Amino acid sequence: MNNTHLTFFFFGFVFFFLYFFPFMPRGKQIALVYLRYLVLTSIAALILAPFFWLVCSAFKDPEVLMAYTFLPPVSEWSSQTLNFSNLKKLFEKEETLEGAIYFWQYIVNSFFLASTSTMVTLFFSSLGGYALAKYEFRGRSFLILFMLGTMMIPAMLLLSPLYHLIHKMNWMDTYWALIVPGACSAFGMFLFRQAFFSVPSTLVEAARIDGCGEFGIYLNIVMPLVRPITAAFCLISFLGSWNAFIAPDVFIQTQSKLTLTVALNQYVDLYDQQYGIFLAGTLLAIIPPAILFFSLEKEFVGGLTSGAIKG
Amino acid sequence: MATVTLVDVGKNYPGDIKAVEDFNLVIEDGEFIVLVGPSGCGKSTTLRMIAGLEDITEGEISIDDRIVNRVSPKDRDIAMVFQNYALYPHMSVRENMAFSLKLRKYPKTEIEARINDVAQMLGLTDLLHRKPRALSGGQRQRVAVGRAIVRQPSVFLFDEPLSNLDAKLRVQMRVELSQLHNEINTTMIYVTHDQVEAMTMGDRIVVMNEGLIQQVADPITLYDRPVNKFVASFIGTPPMNFFDGHILAQNSSIAFLSEDGMQLQIAEQQTKKFRQLDKQKVVLGIRPEHIGSAIAENSETVGRISAVVDVVEPMGAETYVYLKSETTSFVSRVDSHKKYMVGEKIELAVAMDRAHFFDVNTDKAIL
Repeated sequence: MNNTHLTFFFFGFVFFFLYFFPFMPRGKQIALVYLRYLVLTSIAALILAPFFWLVCSAFKDPEVLMAYTFLPPVSEWSSQTLNFSNLKKLFEKEETLEGAIYFWQYIVNSFFLASTSTMVTLFFSSLGGYALAKYEFRGRSFLILFMLGTMMIPAMLLLSPLYHLIHKMNWMDTYWALIVPGACSAFGMFLFRQAFFSVPSTLVEAARIDGCGEFGIYLNIVMPLVRPITAAFCLISFLGSWNAFIAPDVFIQTQSKLTLTVALNQYVDLYDQQYGIFLAGTLLAIIPPAILFFSLEKEFVGGLTSGAIKG
Repeated sequence: MATVTLVDVGKNYPGDIKAVEDFNLVIEDGEFIVLVGPSGCGKSTTLRMIAGLEDITEGEISIDDRIVNRVSPKDRDIAMVFQNYALYPHMSVRENMAFSLKLRKYPKTEIEARINDVAQMLGLTDLLHRKPRALSGGQRQRVAVGRAIVRQPSVFLFDEPLSNLDAKLRVQMRVELSQLHNEINTTMIYVTHDQVEAMTMGDRIVVMNEGLIQQVADPITLYDRPVNKFVASFIGTPPMNFFDGHILAQNSSIAFLSEDGMQLQIAEQQTKKFRQLDKQKVVLGIRPEHIGSAIAENSETVGRISAVVDVVEPMGAETYVYLKSETTSFVSRVDSHKKYMVGEKIELAVAMDRAHFFDVNTDKAIL
């Protein structure tokens, strides 16, 4: 019987004892609450374990990286086992064929690319969604069907024709190759179209009578009312772009233009695996999306249209 | 202030659905006109065509002397109040009111002055900083009206603005809107399906049905001299009673003989025109207050009908008595102090000098 078995046995025994030998009033309910917390804590532990492993590995010395699953025993904590060497190495000057490059360059590249892509996709997808939701025009239903149809095609299948197209347009090794193909996402248009349905058409008409132009209505009246969806879409789009690997790997060749994901991947190639640095870099890569998530979190909760019309 | 003219205006929807047909109307400068009719009669479509929110299929709309068929809503110098208020929810009351003025690049000081004036007029001064969600239904409607007034447009359009309010507030707002019209004296076009609103507010009323104008007249004319059976039944609460029957000329007198054998003498002043209709089928229309009431008892030509009391509805000031004769059901509006028992057979006076007659085939009034 190992420690894991003993732990399970202990928690099971506590539940059994509380349930069948209640020594205080409402003992059975307490036992059930205990069980609920036990199950939820176990699931949370399962979900958080890889993240904890990542944090531990980022701060472990490369020499002891494989020696312990998580952290070494407290008795063995020292600057030889736990230190910042991975992070230091990560930010050291890296000599490449194109000259010296620092790791923060990749962070800047990824940040620029993810932010720009998000803004561009947000703009075009919301405009498309607005047109599909609020304007009557011939072929609208077909367009929506066609648009949804394109979502059924796996992105990988389109990589080869996209490569051909990008090459023909002389966009290889430029960020255009990563921004333009995703500038108008079918998913985004569909998402915004559904969101715009909830905006009463009378608001659009009232703004039209008030003297607002069509773009002004979109920008000043309609977009502020779908802030929760906009926030969610920004997060999804930013994460997609930040975590993108295949497209940047295929279309970007110059070392100084690489994104974080592609640059990190270079630390674990066929001949040289520097897992410590790789994991320290991965830990850093998680921080910007996490900040974005927590800053946008409040936007997801609650709608803004309450009070606009008779409810 | 402006005159609005509609000439042969029509609106067709795909599938040859005619929402509005041959709409001809001149709305005078400063007039309060009400478009009234049942759901789907084309009243809102007409208003939206005046606003420029719907393209017109045929005809011509002019505001003053300018044809506005192809003029965008913002350039028509109109303001509209919507049924569901249509306030911008992310803007405060002040921002809602200032929005159109800012777009028209008015100086800040003038915007402030206008907002303060209107807020004072409508009792919104303390609410200017609030968002629409923090307002009650009546306050929201007032803001919607304020947003329209602050623009000082030539024409105000109201699309069923009171129908989302509760009964008490509706009466209050109705009075306020009438007062507002007296105060600013601007052309107002008001759409409602509520005939009480139409009667109480309008200088003139346009009754519509199935896309067509049925009658345009002031409230009293509309009530006293409806041109057809539809107008007669639509205006008035409870609606006019109808009896099928035919004209019977006997020596010097003329009578109406209903299908269940009830005979009612036609008033002397009307005998001349009915003599030529002898034995012809007609529909007799009597308003509820002209059956069994003091008016009926004291009228010049009193007819008598007997019926069984079906339902009694005391309203406080008066009582509605629903009655059944052999083939017809009808309602009488009587003094609330008169007592009736359900199932009781009673005889009631009918004011025949107030009777209306309609052609069986065309439903038009026989005048």
